Amino acid sequence: MAEASYPDDLKYHAEHDWARLEGDEATFGITWYAQDALGEVVFFDPPETGAHVAKDQAYAEVESVKAVSDVFAPLSGEIVDVNQALADSPEKINEDPYGEGWMVKVKLSDPSEVDSLMDVGAYRELL
Amino acid sequence: MRLSPAADTLRRTPLFDRHEQAGAKLVPFAGWEMPVQYGGIRAEHLSVRTGAGMFDVSHMGEIETSGPQAERFLQRILSNDVTKVAERGAQYSVLCREDGGVLDDLFTYRLAGGRFLTVTNAANHEKDLAWFRGHGAGFEVEVRDVHTDWAMLAVQGPKARAALERVADGELPKRMRTAELRLAGTRALVCGTGYTGEDGCELMLAPEGAPAVWDALIEQGVEPAGLGARDTLRLEVCFHLYGNDLSEERNPIEAGLGWCCKLDTGFVGADALRELEPRERLVPFAFTGPGIPRQGNAVKAPHGEGIVTSGSLSPCLGIGVGMAYLPLDDAEPGIRVEVDVRGKTRPAEVRARPLFKREETSG
Repeated sequence: MAEASYPDDLKYHAEHDWARLEGDEATFGITWYAQDALGEVVFFDPPETGAHVAKDQAYAEVESVKAVSDVFAPLSGEIVDVNQALADSPEKINEDPYGEGWMVKVKLSDPSEVDSLMDVGAYRELL
Repeated sequence: MRLSPAADTLRRTPLFDRHEQAGAKLVPFAGWEMPVQYGGIRAEHLSVRTGAGMFDVSHMGEIETSGPQAERFLQRILSNDVTKVAERGAQYSVLCREDGGVLDDLFTYRLAGGRFLTVTNAANHEKDLAWFRGHGAGFEVEVRDVHTDWAMLAVQGPKARAALERVADGELPKRMRTAELRLAGTRALVCGTGYTGEDGCELMLAPEGAPAVWDALIEQGVEPAGLGARDTLRLEVCFHLYGNDLSEERNPIEAGLGWCCKLDTGFVGADALRELEPRERLVPFAFTGPGIPRQGNAVKAPHGEGIVTSGSLSPCLGIGVGMAYLPLDDAEPGIRVEVDVRGKTRPAEVRARPLFKREETSG
């Protein structure tokens, strides 16, 4: 995706991660800003299904040719699904960061944590 | 994602505006604001392997050494046999401390009988200059810092020479030779050297004319390439990067640079290197599974531990590759090792150099 884009229906974390809420589950990924700063993603090392993630803690790594970056969990919970397609096509994180570039689905352990995340307006102001 | 902040007070090269126009991502590098990439490291890498790319390397320093004893002086501080460099010739060498530790790795060009130009790594320029001046005291020699006299542009790739020929007013130098030419009207010292494993030239340009040369080469289809691609290109052909693979704590023998250390010339550091019993060797390796090695990763080898000094994804091979110092007994192609990448064990294999040879791709 060449142009900056920040969907209205997502919640944002200051480390440039997003969460899409679906009941007591949420899908996580990194924002357009993050993938642009990172450059072409050439490797995504997926976490294990069943692993616990804690809000504000790193749960995965994305690598460009030059650099490694931690991906931070915007919310806490248990990983119930991992985007395995990214192992073969990590470039989806650049091409479609809010769609095919999603990283994990998490069953939330404390849905009230959502209140600490930013809406799109607040996130845009941060950039 | 956590992103690192940019430094302030950075120097800019005469091509800074061109980088901005070309959409470069600019990063701090050895005190300079340099383009790390434009479109993307992989695309730039491949354009140099298959076409022609150009790198602004004006951050690299230059020292001019001249005088009746210039050759004798350089023979004393450079590791290679400087007397073997013909007029208009080029030579690679290392600059060593008394104990054999590597201060820098350098290309030196003989411009005339008693006049030499030495290209330094940006981060080492001031240190090298002080070393040259310190050791020059007993010689009839003048050491001049000519860093700001030159912009430097590396034009590399199988189509680089053809592009350069169309903007040059004379014949390009052969490999490891130099020629004084005009390119797009700009005074240039053209050198048949490079850091990518491809054919091409490195250009020393009058700074005010550098943008005109850049524009002329763009017109000839040469693609801008950043320091990111420069690093992956040199790693695929196993050229050393100072600060990664070489340092004052490393010696040229273990680094695999014994070929440019002519101990009989009596250069500073030669005595220490003659006494040295090598324990490790810098070797290329490739991952046999997923992952990307990075500088500082620990390596477990059959006869002991080692350390990765350079690591990246190889854009041409599509796998993680790197260079590591390994115990001497494990420095053989085919030896299996394990690399600890931030807590994950990644299997790898020692390879012969270079990691990439042109025959391996159809491109």
